[in-house]
Amino acid sequence: MLQYIQAVAGAAPVIVRPVSRRLFLKSATASGLALAAFPAAAFETYPTGGLEMPGGLATDPLVFVSIDGEGTVTIVTHRSEMGQGARTSLPMVVADELDADWSRVVIEQAVGDHDRYGNQNTDGSRSLRHHIQTMRQMGAAVRRMLVEAAAERWGVAPDGVEVGLHALTNRASGETIDFGAVAEAAMARPVPAFETLSFKDPADFRYIGRGEIGITDLRDITTGEAVYGADVVLDGMLTAVIARPPVVGGTVKSFDPSAALAVGGVREVIELPAPPSPYAFMPLGGIAVVADNTWAAIKGRDALIIDWDDGPNAGYDSAAFRAEMERIAKEPGTVKREQGDPDAAFASAARTFEREYYQAHMAHAPMEPPVAVAHVSDGKAEIWAPTQNPGGMRGDVATVLGLDPANVTVNVTLLGGGFGRKSKGDFGLEAAMIAREVGVPVRVQWTREDDIRHSFMHTVSLERIEVALDENDKVTGWRHNSVAPTILSTFVPGATGQFPIENGMGHVDMPFDIPNIRCDNGEVEAHARIGWWRAVSNVPRAWAVQSLAAELAVELGRDQKDMLLELIGEPRVIDPAASGFPEDFWNYGEVYDEYPIDTGRLRNVVEIAAAESGWGQALPAGEGLGLAVHRSFVSYVAVAARVKMVGELITVPEMHIAIDCGFAANPERIRSQMEGSAVMGMTLALHSAITYREGRVEQSNYTDYEMVLADNFPADVHTHIVEHPFSVHAAGVGEPGVPPVAPAIGNALFNASGKRVRDLPIGATV
Amino acid sequence: MITLTINGQVHELDAPEDMPLLWGIRDLAGYNGTKYGCGIGACGACTVHVDGVAQRSCLLTLGDVAGSNVTTIEGLSEDGEHRVQVAWRDLNVPQCGFCQAGQIMQAASLLAENPNPTDEEILDGMSGNICRCGCYQRIVAAVRHAATDI
Repeated sequence: MLQYIQAVAGAAPVIVRPVSRRLFLKSATASGLALAAFPAAAFETYPTGGLEMPGGLATDPLVFVSIDGEGTVTIVTHRSEMGQGARTSLPMVVADELDADWSRVVIEQAVGDHDRYGNQNTDGSRSLRHHIQTMRQMGAAVRRMLVEAAAERWGVAPDGVEVGLHALTNRASGETIDFGAVAEAAMARPVPAFETLSFKDPADFRYIGRGEIGITDLRDITTGEAVYGADVVLDGMLTAVIARPPVVGGTVKSFDPSAALAVGGVREVIELPAPPSPYAFMPLGGIAVVADNTWAAIKGRDALIIDWDDGPNAGYDSAAFRAEMERIAKEPGTVKREQGDPDAAFASAARTFEREYYQAHMAHAPMEPPVAVAHVSDGKAEIWAPTQNPGGMRGDVATVLGLDPANVTVNVTLLGGGFGRKSKGDFGLEAAMIAREVGVPVRVQWTREDDIRHSFMHTVSLERIEVALDENDKVTGWRHNSVAPTILSTFVPGATGQFPIENGMGHVDMPFDIPNIRCDNGEVEAHARIGWWRAVSNVPRAWAVQSLAAELAVELGRDQKDMLLELIGEPRVIDPAASGFPEDFWNYGEVYDEYPIDTGRLRNVVEIAAAESGWGQALPAGEGLGLAVHRSFVSYVAVAARVKMVGELITVPEMHIAIDCGFAANPERIRSQMEGSAVMGMTLALHSAITYREGRVEQSNYTDYEMVLADNFPADVHTHIVEHPFSVHAAGVGEPGVPPVAPAIGNALFNASGKRVRDLPIGATV
Repeated sequence: MITLTINGQVHELDAPEDMPLLWGIRDLAGYNGTKYGCGIGACGACTVHVDGVAQRSCLLTLGDVAGSNVTTIEGLSEDGEHRVQVAWRDLNVPQCGFCQAGQIMQAASLLAENPNPTDEEILDGMSGNICRCGCYQRIVAAVRHAATDI
């Protein structure tokens, strides 16, 4: 077994670099270490990409757990809560191994300090995937400390102490005491080493895998007590609203603040510096209006007169850019995967089949627009923000304000949705910069229009796929040119080529069993700030690949499910090297052998979703089922959507989602994430388009950047979770539900109406 | 000075008449359960009751509601046990939770007017409140649960 997490008595948490299982065993043998040095625990640990993240993984239970004399257990949660359930599921794992009574557990949110808490960057569907093992370890360590303290109190050996729910029993005398009775002595004991810990048999879990507990903030959310970013109120706090350059890269030529300053309640008008290059997560600059309250700040901003220099992106036009992408997609791009001899396959093909799929830019539009509160004084900065990445925001604030990070505190509030938008620290930086200027606490409030127009946009993409067929209609060749402005351009000015993280999201890792494959990227420049948006490049890739699979079935007169399974091929673990994957293939940051691409699991979720949806049944006219499957964030998700046409209106009365995310720690939140993915997937399928004209975003609010509403939503979503033991590593949940939804709807729409749509968004009607 | 009652307490707000009720509630009266989501009545996050009826507080000005009785999520019940709040907890409805105060205030108003709504009436009544996380399935079920079981 592989030991990668350990806590040594009295020592700081040890971060061990990730190694593959094979490498570790080799080096262990070479150094003369006997494998027996690591006696079996109840679960075999495995390395995750968590070790590679800034701050790595923390395992010191004294940082995460405290128990008072009353027996109240306080568990720190270091990941941000944005609806995915991190503030519930991670502490739940600790509480389970600790045998704590959940009703006596208090959750405390960590400040941004990844050296102390381990990585806190809450995106990439990583919270449980990376931290479930360390949470188990810390819970087990504290339980062991309680046992040792009780043993000492009773003068018995530790195995003379039995642990019950929040209680310890002396096996000899039968005396039972509450955790609180020995809490002080227990928490003063040395932290036991990992190899001395015993872990629960999963059959004995009280909470893990059961999904029976309500979310941590349930009561506060339903009574209005829950604290989000804008709910932080400091004495003497002012509110700022900012006029940002309407075009990315634009600057202020001149401005007249006099009318703004004449608005009642407006205190100051401040020019913010234009961002340096690269923009990265820096604010866009502009003019801030600082006022006594939000309304005064908004009115003040309306009254500003600003002459902008629109800069180099003033000509960005979505229609013209699409034409450019279509031209580029037809030319050979930079090759990222080459398997077999695709040119020969196409040269000798009996026939070929080409399709192009488009997706527009998208903004995240979380219900809570970006907002942050900052107080900067005496060489210290304190921020309160709904941030996915408090460590990143802390570092950025320290850099921009010229402070030692030790003097920057980032407090994490609840997030009113994140979806990747709030992993960028720009809004916290704006608050810190303005607060330093005015000398009192400042809240920066983004309006909805600010959020829609100045987001870090999901890219715009053109996916061109060609397949070669032999005389028996077998697919012998696959060429996929993916053309999209890269996220890298936000960090490397002028970058035009997609990078491994983007290539790894449904492009080079395409799992079909086709002998000759080429995946390339046609290169294009970015003219907007490109960022990651829930599931990122997986969204357009799943749209393209899964729509094409269904189109091919129709072309060949095949059943769409049979065709999909035939393309996936036999159950197997894909060998990346033998399949022509690039050397820098990115597997969501995970060691490939731990989280390989397993087509058996991919097939299985297809079979489940199809069977549950009644695939193959006759449906009334105007109705159709559609299937799609996609692996992302090392999980496998298949969606069977039923579309029903009501006149020209597209409705989705039912959806079956089958997810294989390895060990399912909190099935209840997995279900809620799949229900949410169905809605977000339907929204992006039907409505989500950010378009540019003269460099400016044409949309402004929920009226022209529409959301699925209660009057037409996927009303009956059934989630089917593949059950696995703990040994099948926990994988992502927050994002992988989204990518297959749109192609399932698109395929169902075709089967319901005969209309094939290749552009996202489809629109509410066809 | 504008006088209105919020959650049973008389407030005198020193604000211009054109200030939206939303900002009066949040920035001046200090009730932060009511959320800003769009400012144009398109999302429902700021829903409160004005004289017992659900309204978008971003669309009403303080001048409009002078002398009115305003109820926010904090005042929906004394103990947090309004049947809609209970139903929301029974079904573990929220994800991020940001829109839920508005959803709950909308649902409470709907049920006050129509204690036994049909499915269609529930969908109609709730279709002005956006949930970006996509909790609609549970929201609709919770309204039904509140109407029939609690």
